[in-house]
Amino acid sequence: MSLLETRGLGKRFGGLDAVKDVSLDVEEGKITAVIGPNGAGKSTFFNLLAGFYAPTSGTVRFRGEDITGMAPHKTVKRGIARTFQTTHLFDDSTVLENVLAGRVVRSKENVFDAVFRTPRSRREERANLDAAWEALHFTGIEDFAHDPAGAVPQEVQKRTAVALALATEPTLLLLDEPAAGITEEETESFGTLVRQIVARGVTVCLVEHKMSMIMSLADHILVLERGQTLAEGTPAEIQADPRVIEAYLGTDDEDDAAAAGQSTGQSAVQSTVEGRA
Amino acid sequence: MTAPVTAGRRPAQRSRWLVLGLGVVGAVVLLGAPALLTESDYTLRLMTMALVYAIATYGMNVILGFTGQLSLAHAGFFGIGAYVTGILTVDHDWSFWAAFVVSVVVTAVTGFLAGLLALRTKQEYFAIYTMATGFIVYLVISRWSDVTHGQQGLIGVKLPEGGDLVDFAEPSAMYYLCLAFLAVAVYATWAIRRSTVGRTLIAIRTSEDLAKSIGVNVGLNKQLAFAASTTIAGTAGALYATTMGFIGPSVSSVNMTFEMLMFLLIGGMGTVFGPIIGTFLVVFLFELMQDFQAYRFLVIGPVIVALVIFAPRGIAGYFQKVVARFVDAPSEATTKTVKTRTGEGDGVVPAQRAAVPPALTKEAR
Amino acid sequence: MDLFLQQLVNGLALGGVYCLAAVGLSLVFGVLRIPNLAHGALYMRGAYGTYYAMTALGVPYVAPIGIAAVVLAAVGVGMERLIFHPLRNSPHTHHMIAAIGAMFFFQSLIQAIWGADFRQMPSPISGTLSLAGAQISWQRIVIIVAAVAILALLAVFMKRSVHGQSIEAIEQDRTGASLVGINPDRVSMLTLGLAAALAAVAAGLVAPLNLLSPTMGAALDMKVFAIIILGGLGSLPGAIVGGFVLGIAEAMASTYISTGVSEAIAFVLLVGVLAIRPTGLFSPAVSR
Repeated sequence: MSLLETRGLGKRFGGLDAVKDVSLDVEEGKITAVIGPNGAGKSTFFNLLAGFYAPTSGTVRFRGEDITGMAPHKTVKRGIARTFQTTHLFDDSTVLENVLAGRVVRSKENVFDAVFRTPRSRREERANLDAAWEALHFTGIEDFAHDPAGAVPQEVQKRTAVALALATEPTLLLLDEPAAGITEEETESFGTLVRQIVARGVTVCLVEHKMSMIMSLADHILVLERGQTLAEGTPAEIQADPRVIEAYLGTDDEDDAAAAGQSTGQSAVQSTVEGRA
Repeated sequence: MTAPVTAGRRPAQRSRWLVLGLGVVGAVVLLGAPALLTESDYTLRLMTMALVYAIATYGMNVILGFTGQLSLAHAGFFGIGAYVTGILTVDHDWSFWAAFVVSVVVTAVTGFLAGLLALRTKQEYFAIYTMATGFIVYLVISRWSDVTHGQQGLIGVKLPEGGDLVDFAEPSAMYYLCLAFLAVAVYATWAIRRSTVGRTLIAIRTSEDLAKSIGVNVGLNKQLAFAASTTIAGTAGALYATTMGFIGPSVSSVNMTFEMLMFLLIGGMGTVFGPIIGTFLVVFLFELMQDFQAYRFLVIGPVIVALVIFAPRGIAGYFQKVVARFVDAPSEATTKTVKTRTGEGDGVVPAQRAAVPPALTKEAR
Repeated sequence: MDLFLQQLVNGLALGGVYCLAAVGLSLVFGVLRIPNLAHGALYMRGAYGTYYAMTALGVPYVAPIGIAAVVLAAVGVGMERLIFHPLRNSPHTHHMIAAIGAMFFFQSLIQAIWGADFRQMPSPISGTLSLAGAQISWQRIVIIVAAVAILALLAVFMKRSVHGQSIEAIEQDRTGASLVGINPDRVSMLTLGLAAALAAVAAGLVAPLNLLSPTMGAALDMKVFAIIILGGLGSLPGAIVGGFVLGIAEAMASTYISTGVSEAIAFVLLVGVLAIRPTGLFSPAVSR
């Protein structure tokens, strides 16, 4: 049984099918990537996985449980965490405070505990701090713990978002274009972080544009085009798939297509690209 | 393996001590006021009224300051609290404390019910919906003369029964009673702010999407925060009725809501001391400007606009930012880098983490 | 029957006024995405503006309304520049609070100049028309005709003119519209100015029938908000339908039931509709 499986998942806005009939299996311990040219429906599909959109058709199962249409606050409890494309953080709070916010879902503390400072509340605060520091340490940003989240560099913000998500103790982490807006070098170290997350026991599924990162990172790739599944398979299979190259060349993503070819040095793709240029 | 980990030490928080010090001074002044004001009953009663308003403003702080929802029905619930107490004691000869309890329960329940409807709507609608709700309450109170005495108002609201211990006819006794309630409100705000509950509400205020992504049940929490705010308003209303002795429909008017909004804005939304600072400041300013009554709203309008544009955190927030920058030691200027771990995350809990004072949450504004 | 007819006309007149005020507010919401809580105050200023122009300047009826409209348009633009523009990156609650501050200011300004008492504006159009046994005041007929005419003009403006279309474009998609060269700031200013002018006209039309007071805007505010929520925030047809429906409902209720009920109708409807359909009757369905 896969960790997360979707069957025939679809989302219709008005008269438009943003996502149609997509089936995907996310295997535990593997890195799954969802790619596709602009407008392919990646974001919509992602929001469907994370529960931020309710599907108009199809099902989503997590660990065997049907979570179709379940509200995000419930899926987070069950172990699905997500980051956002444009980093959503508490800008006025410190990095540490941000990560502490991620502990909310695992806290049993309620108003009375807080006001009366019961032993439970104090115990939880300690445990929360421990978990938060651990997440900061893991993502390598403990130096920035007391800085306002709005003031730290882009890379630190992205890692804060990841630490925040990790603080919710997820089984599955959904990353929404984590490499957007950071340098090549930072992208590489981010890739390392992703592998470490998986090694820690958290399955990762990401949506990403940067082909270089995807091809060297992902175990399994789903390619979407116009909201539907175009191809699915290992990086090698995807790179060799002419339909994928077609889809990317048909749009303005030539760089992506070229990069896809380049990252494993596949000359077949390269010559195809050059031949068409 | 990685090098030994040291948790970043908290930069010296001298400003924290400053705030604490000021708080203590404030508390002493408030506690000692009746002793200092033996000559002036009027001023003492004014302060008592300010205390009651401040309590109501703490209620608004919960729903607006922490949760980020603008409830324009706030005075409506203040009015409900005042009128339930008033009607029960004046027309039905109940004792104050019994009526007080009923007031609190009624405002809690009606607040929860109103919230059920209000919070299914989106944010912009919420403000309008609460404005309408508040207006309906005002209409009911001012028109339902049989029960509420309409425009005449209620006269002769009973004083709290103090048994043989306290005579609440004494202005200072009333003052301390209200001060006690205020102290509870301040403490509760402080405790909630640094707890999971506070983080939950602030998450909702910052970004509902972000809140959802950390597992917050946004709808339910908004509703609870709203019910809490109405209950606090109702409690304050009941106290208002007994301190004033007489009440009229205007206590539930939208103008009253706007005044409390002003107190909160000036003092600082989402802060612990904001409501009390804002309320006292404005109440006394208005007192001083008695002769210029007509012009006070002329000034207040632009003040609200300016505050919201330039200093939405009010005095308390401004203080924290500015003073903290001058008074606190700058964080150690070590070169900060993002650490890359070799190998797997080792799950090490930094040894010195325990040295971080729990009040680090104070810096989050 | 004649009573009914009379009340129907009253209702339509009232509805016409509501429509003009509501339409402006709806536009502002569509473009700025915030409810302008100061709208009622703009309306109130429009009434006073007309009053001033008529009494102090001694100008006959139509011109004062025009003057008031122009002045209010300027005020609307001023509000956009000074208040809403600086707040464009702030949460919506801040916008609403600022609008409240503006409302305070307008109200107290008028109060400082003219006092809090009620004022009566001389009725420029007197006399009644006998129709099917009912006495219908010309004033009301003028209102209905004017309201309809203006709404028609507005519809043409929105659909045909470049400016109107740019407003619609921004309503649909702010970023998309700016990508094709539409200046969102300009549109915001235009919209607010237009809304203020419409409110002024509405106020000027109905002023001779009612009394003027600094708080007249507040009562209208509620009703206008009720209308656009009923009709759906940002939906023009909704605002128009809602305006007339409410106007007629109020007129009928005050005659056949009681004045108290007619006052409360707006809010009862509001609460009722929001309970069933939180996004209003006509607004486009938004999916989660």
